Amino acid sequence: MYVAVKGGERAIARSLELLAEARRGDTAVPELELVQIRQQLRLGVARVMQEGSLYDEELAALAIRQAAGDLQEAIFLLRAYRTTLPRFGYTEPLTTQAMRVRRRVSGTFKDIPGGQVLGPTYDYTQRLLEFGPSIQNETVEADEPLAASMPRVLDLLDAEALIERIDPGSDPEPTDLTRDPLMFPADRATRLQNLARGDEGFLLGMAYSTQRGYAESHPFAGEIRMGEVDVLICPEELGFTIEIGEITLTECQMINQFHGGNGVPPQFTRGYGLTMGEGERKAMAMALVDRSLRCDELGEAAYAPAQNQEFVLSHSDNVEASGFVQHLKLPHYVDFQAELSLLRTLSAQQRKASAGQEALS
Amino acid sequence: MSSTYNSNAYNFGFLDENTKRMLRRALLKAVAIPGYQVPFGSREMPLPYGWGTGGIQVTAALLGPNDVLKVIDQGADDTTNAVNIRRFFGRVAGVATTERTADASVIQTRHRIPETPLREDQLLVFQVPEPEPLRTLEPREAETRTMHALADYGLMHVKLYEDIAQYGHIATSYDYPVMVDGRFLTSPSPIPKFDNPKLDRSPALMLFGAGREKRLYAIPPYTRVESLAFDDHPFEIQRWEHRCAICNAGDSYLDEVVVDDRGTRMFVCSDTDYCSQRSDNAATEEAA
Repeated sequence: MYVAVKGGERAIARSLELLAEARRGDTAVPELELVQIRQQLRLGVARVMQEGSLYDEELAALAIRQAAGDLQEAIFLLRAYRTTLPRFGYTEPLTTQAMRVRRRVSGTFKDIPGGQVLGPTYDYTQRLLEFGPSIQNETVEADEPLAASMPRVLDLLDAEALIERIDPGSDPEPTDLTRDPLMFPADRATRLQNLARGDEGFLLGMAYSTQRGYAESHPFAGEIRMGEVDVLICPEELGFTIEIGEITLTECQMINQFHGGNGVPPQFTRGYGLTMGEGERKAMAMALVDRSLRCDELGEAAYAPAQNQEFVLSHSDNVEASGFVQHLKLPHYVDFQAELSLLRTLSAQQRKASAGQEALS
Repeated sequence: MSSTYNSNAYNFGFLDENTKRMLRRALLKAVAIPGYQVPFGSREMPLPYGWGTGGIQVTAALLGPNDVLKVIDQGADDTTNAVNIRRFFGRVAGVATTERTADASVIQTRHRIPETPLREDQLLVFQVPEPEPLRTLEPREAETRTMHALADYGLMHVKLYEDIAQYGHIATSYDYPVMVDGRFLTSPSPIPKFDNPKLDRSPALMLFGAGREKRLYAIPPYTRVESLAFDDHPFEIQRWEHRCAICNAGDSYLDEVVVDDRGTRMFVCSDTDYCSQRSDNAATEEAA
């Protein structure tokens, strides 16, 4: 006899116990400490902070441990926590020009004021697995300190009027996508906000498509810089700005060729990417996608997915995408039953029709 | 973990009061314009998008300490996601919960409307995956908003006509489009079309929440709701040759259950409360 599928509550409780056990693994092996995750898995922590839209290394490390290293799940945990946090205020715009640079490279000029600074990069590692304990080498101090002033490479072009000028004051007051829904058409500031929260893999694929002919894209990496930037706020009760700390940022400014159009003369145009923490791959991808999404403004033919803002912005968020793709594993008995009976009706109808045809012939 | 982060620091119903106020304002607008999709500042919830975040936000905005909550998925109270959402509200709001439709003041549902008729003092909250009924016909949001503004629904009528031309009847069995108050084409959420007639002039207020898509809409009490059809192809609901194998109901939506490896089927009520009430009543009558 049929027994109704009961006991969802108990099944969930048992499943949570299994999950906790699987997450912890062998209890003879010490549990990961948050400080280990923060320090030794710092790029994972950076990605979780970045796509989780919350700059807190401790919480990101906690989320990574709780998610057993599944970074998307960790991002989800951080976002859900972020929702509950009160807003004390908004910071002043960050000045990346005054960044205390740890890495800064340009693909457009051999030498630049302030110099090229490789910093801690995987770029020139030889991707050979290092068996045995990791090598503890001593870092050698440079002969001279980095230049105090590191002008942005694009500002050098700007002085020659070869690159489009964008007046920072022309930006509208930014909307907050975590408070107001995304509406179309979205302005550039809103698009950048969406991309900043977007999934690195999705943006990487979109950016890659623009390099392979699915959009007009002739990019040069004008400058990539990573380092620490001061965070300033101006509390109403004080009336002057105070520094509340510093955060690590990666900024990418792409330079794109542009043949002119829509009343704009031929000149270089800009694509912009910015991530919290070290996130160079994402910052570069973001800059390429930002530029391709400017097609309407620059009067470029829009035919490629990466130029379609509804397509890109509606599908960039991995918490949304992951939830909706995976909701298919929830029960759909009722709708499936409805489809089943429709299909039975249709196939009975077709059998009847073909039987009628045979009788005629 | 440092003590800076307090795990019990959540407000009643998880959301803070300002967020609830934003939701209630959006809901009032939704009630004022029946069937219109109101964009709202959907929050990131601790449950995944696509799993009821819209419905959960609506419920969270409406619940008071004296409410009695019922949560169903596929008509059943004991499906895992319904259990999980009920557990969530038990944890963050501590409200009383029930499985009996008649005892609930707020009912959150996915994919069904209860068989037991609802009353004026009850609220029905739907979880909506895709609030835009035109989405599969026109993916661009900017376009569909214009079509709603102009009440330009030709595209949907053509789709239904093509179904008839191709298959002999309309080939939509769930999420069957409706016109609300003669103005807005609306998705009833993926309920089977069997449930569509229950939307028409319902005494209970019906609220729809789409969290991922950031839209809310409403069907106020006693509002006219018509399922789209043609004069020569009137709207019809699903019918079964079977009755419920447990309570013998002949008027409820039935789930088909495979009971052995030879493909034997049985049919039972999808609404578990309706089914058990009927079985209990039958047992009482027999005893008396």
